[in-house]
Amino acid sequence: MKRILLCLALLAIGTAVAPAAPTPTTATVHLRNDAFVPATVTIQTGDTILFVNDDDDAHTVTATDMSFDSKGLDTHQTWKHTFTKAGTYTYFCQIHPFMKGTIIVKDAT
Amino acid sequence: MRRGDFLSHVAWTGAGIAYTISAQGLAVGRALGEPGAAARFVQISDSHIGFHQAANPDVTATLQSCVSAINALPEQPDFVVHTGDITHLSTPQQFDDAHAILHTLRAPLIALPGEHDVLGNDFKPYLSNFKIKGATDGGWASWDAGGVHYVVLLNVFSFETMGLIGNDQLDWLRRDLAARPPSTPIVVFTHVPLYALFPSWGWTTQDGANALALLRPFDHVTVLYGHIHQIVTHVDGNLHFASAMSTAYPQPAPGTAPKPGPLALPHDGLLHAIGYRNVQVDRGDADFQDHSLGAGA
Repeated sequence: MKRILLCLALLAIGTAVAPAAPTPTTATVHLRNDAFVPATVTIQTGDTILFVNDDDDAHTVTATDMSFDSKGLDTHQTWKHTFTKAGTYTYFCQIHPFMKGTIIVKDAT
Repeated sequence: MRRGDFLSHVAWTGAGIAYTISAQGLAVGRALGEPGAAARFVQISDSHIGFHQAANPDVTATLQSCVSAINALPEQPDFVVHTGDITHLSTPQQFDDAHAILHTLRAPLIALPGEHDVLGNDFKPYLSNFKIKGATDGGWASWDAGGVHYVVLLNVFSFETMGLIGNDQLDWLRRDLAARPPSTPIVVFTHVPLYALFPSWGWTTQDGANALALLRPFDHVTVLYGHIHQIVTHVDGNLHFASAMSTAYPQPAPGTAPKPGPLALPHDGLLHAIGYRNVQVDRGDADFQDHSLGAGA
């Protein structure tokens, strides 16, 4: 019985990392108390960041160069973005322009 | 009323405040409804239709209460201006819901977008629901009525940061004002404060000084706006500024909290902190009367 459970567990892990599975989240950024936490995240090309709004106010995740934009995120709403090109991306909240964050995307090796 | 008294009365907790911002920047208590007033309108702001947090679980009901109160005024205003953040998240449903309530106003409606109405820097949903009659393609507008020149400036453009007017609109404003004598009373409507009220909370317009330079030559300029969900007045030479209460929920006074945002109050407190504003403009001086939804207002 134990062996069967172990096999099932391994199967589950195998499924989670299989290429056909939903995009895995590499990092999470919280929109909390009118700030992006953490404010700077370093990832590799192909990585995905999950943004989570923890505040009772709406926020956006808007790239300074407009290359990505979550549009309005309500309380508890989440949004994912996959970064395919290396570079340093600065972003802000359209509703609270003093909220600023940086994503550093390095070439996957 | 001494100036200090006046300032202490201008708080978002007050109901039925009546005052004049004169050319000297003095506040003079004055009865409204005097005969011969040149122009009369109502300002509402920041309805945030779609918001459903503790600070106000029913923003539709409080907007409806404001509309009902305005419709019950013994003398209907020339128009009702909504100075932005009609919706909370710019969704089609929120625009539909706001449209349904605001179009029950008996007086004509003039509605500006706030940044909440153009999320994604997309002005189309706002323009298709609320574009001002006679406005430019961009949505800004001006018109003359009752001896007043009215200007609607949109300062919620977002290029590298939110709170921009942009050069197209500034060029338009320059042309719009060029032919007018300095004695023309000017009333400007915006969403975000046009001056640096509290920049660290984003309560400023990045290129606002360029617009103010164009307005400064005029003898009487009144700038009415929203965004900050409370009444703050400011005088800068001939320029007089006053923000309005929200119809949805208050925000903290500048610098009194770690951050701006919805301020949850007990229900009675909420009703005293939201409402609408009567304005009349007579010989360039703008008289205001702010009405909260609180008891006795």
